[in-house]
Amino acid sequence: MAGTLTVYRWELRKLLSQKRTYIGLLFATAIPAIFVSTVAARNHGPQDVPFGRYVLESGLAVPLVLLTFGAYWLFPLITALVAGDIVASEDHNGTLKTILTRSLDRAPIFAGKALAACTYAFVALVAMAVVSLAGGAIISGFHPLVSLSGTTVSTGHGLVLIGASFLVYFVPILGIAAIGLVFSTIARNSAGAVVATLMLSFVLQLVAILPGLGGIKPYLLTNQFFAWHGFLRTPTDWAPITHALWVCAIWIAASLAAGVVVFVRRDVAGG
Amino acid sequence: MPAPVEARGLVKRYGEIVAVDHVDLTVAAGDVYGYLGPNGAGKTTSLRMLLGLIKPNEGSVRLFGRDPLVEGARALQGVAGFVEEPRFYPYLSARKNLELLAAYDGGGARERIDSVLDIVELRDRAKDKVRGYSHGMRQRLGIAGALLRDPRLLLLDEPTTGLDPAGIRDMRDLVRRLAEQGMTIVLSSHILAEVEALCDRVGILRRGRVVFEGALSELRSAAGGTYALRTTDQRRALELCEAHAGLSGVRQDDGAVRFSAPEEAVASLSIALGDADVGILALVPHMPTLEELFFDVTESDEADRAPAGAAQAGS
Repeated sequence: MAGTLTVYRWELRKLLSQKRTYIGLLFATAIPAIFVSTVAARNHGPQDVPFGRYVLESGLAVPLVLLTFGAYWLFPLITALVAGDIVASEDHNGTLKTILTRSLDRAPIFAGKALAACTYAFVALVAMAVVSLAGGAIISGFHPLVSLSGTTVSTGHGLVLIGASFLVYFVPILGIAAIGLVFSTIARNSAGAVVATLMLSFVLQLVAILPGLGGIKPYLLTNQFFAWHGFLRTPTDWAPITHALWVCAIWIAASLAAGVVVFVRRDVAGG
Repeated sequence: MPAPVEARGLVKRYGEIVAVDHVDLTVAAGDVYGYLGPNGAGKTTSLRMLLGLIKPNEGSVRLFGRDPLVEGARALQGVAGFVEEPRFYPYLSARKNLELLAAYDGGGARERIDSVLDIVELRDRAKDKVRGYSHGMRQRLGIAGALLRDPRLLLLDEPTTGLDPAGIRDMRDLVRRLAEQGMTIVLSSHILAEVEALCDRVGILRRGRVVFEGALSELRSAAGGTYALRTTDQRRALELCEAHAGLSGVRQDDGAVRFSAPEEAVASLSIALGDADVGILALVPHMPTLEELFFDVTESDEADRAPAGAAQAGS
């Protein structure tokens, strides 16, 4: 455990020293800022996404609209940028052999890296929440929100629901991070691992809309990005939330198990 | 106490290619062991197996009696070094890189950072990002990273490759100093002069197989030397040489009698010449250089046919 924490702390320091880290965070903060500016300039919200039509009535609707947008490519991309890179770039740069010939075993090194990749995705999600809430407050103020069931939710309760929604939204992000780690361990090339993670996320979204494959849709990782809708119904609909939790748990456990097995057993012949 | 390195029957295959073919290595405490071989002979692959970076298809490795494949990082206790060139995080300073490695090492490694930076003379540049380091500085930082572990066994893969003459001299001085302090050193190299200057034992690898392992002096004496003899009576000297046991390739050439022989045979020959009233004007040995021995061992057909026999000659 101490070894994992050592690796985790140093992975965070390394992330802070790399440009790529800030590119992901820039995406996470610039996109809500651009969205809010566009809505304000056109004085019109998007009509075809949940809460889109309410963005000019309550700033609380802004982060919820962005959760829907973010599910398609933004968060898979931000998560993959670091998770896909975190092992592969070490292999590519030859530093993997440097750290694997010290006094830590491979398993805690993998665990520290996995924790760091998840922390990064969490920070990006929080950054998006903060910017979108601030932007929403500026253009529309914090007014009560109309829920998906048509009921009105007070501002305070709305903020709690938004917090809960972001937390549930973070669970499939963890799944994407775990898949990114597997690709990062196998690919030995950072760009390849990032692209493979993104492609898999797109393929899962594609499978969801293919005719005849409706039966597997509820078990796709990317489908769990919409489980937070359960919080925005009155009364709270726990079914999609609990479903998302166990489906994601399976994806995460399977991916992490594959990642750690490959990482512990693989030859380090590069660099 | 178990030997610092004991590798037995190491095999590594990549598809059809056998990169390392039943390699046995033994490095005793205090050895400065030269690991020689032409490029592509399998030196780096076998070093990676010693450090647990690559799993052998067959065979076993023991470092101070511990197997890196079974005990993982614990087997590397007291062991440090690098394979191919040392690599660091280019976006971190040298000091930060060493701090990271010290954190991964645990123990008192962190307290040693300043002293190892002094040893490799990089303390003044420790705040600079490694991105801006020259190749030579990175090599030195590689040594610093290894010394952080306070090793008893140091594995260095081609440490002088790419260095300028001053860098090569400094690196060799450093290796010599570390050896004098009692550290066991395995130095992989294809630069024979370097091995000759630093090492007392060598292992010579050819196409994935060890064709010689033993002391440099054994390699030399096994090969024997050639001698040129000038005397007061060359005709009589030639007859004596041809009749003398232990001499081979006796011929008259360029005013001298030339032959190959081990040292003992040369000693008895000089007595025989004296007894026969033949005065010795000059008896000049020509010992083969390591380079000649190396090419003998790595390019001869015999090495192809009977590597085990050649290895036994020196062990």
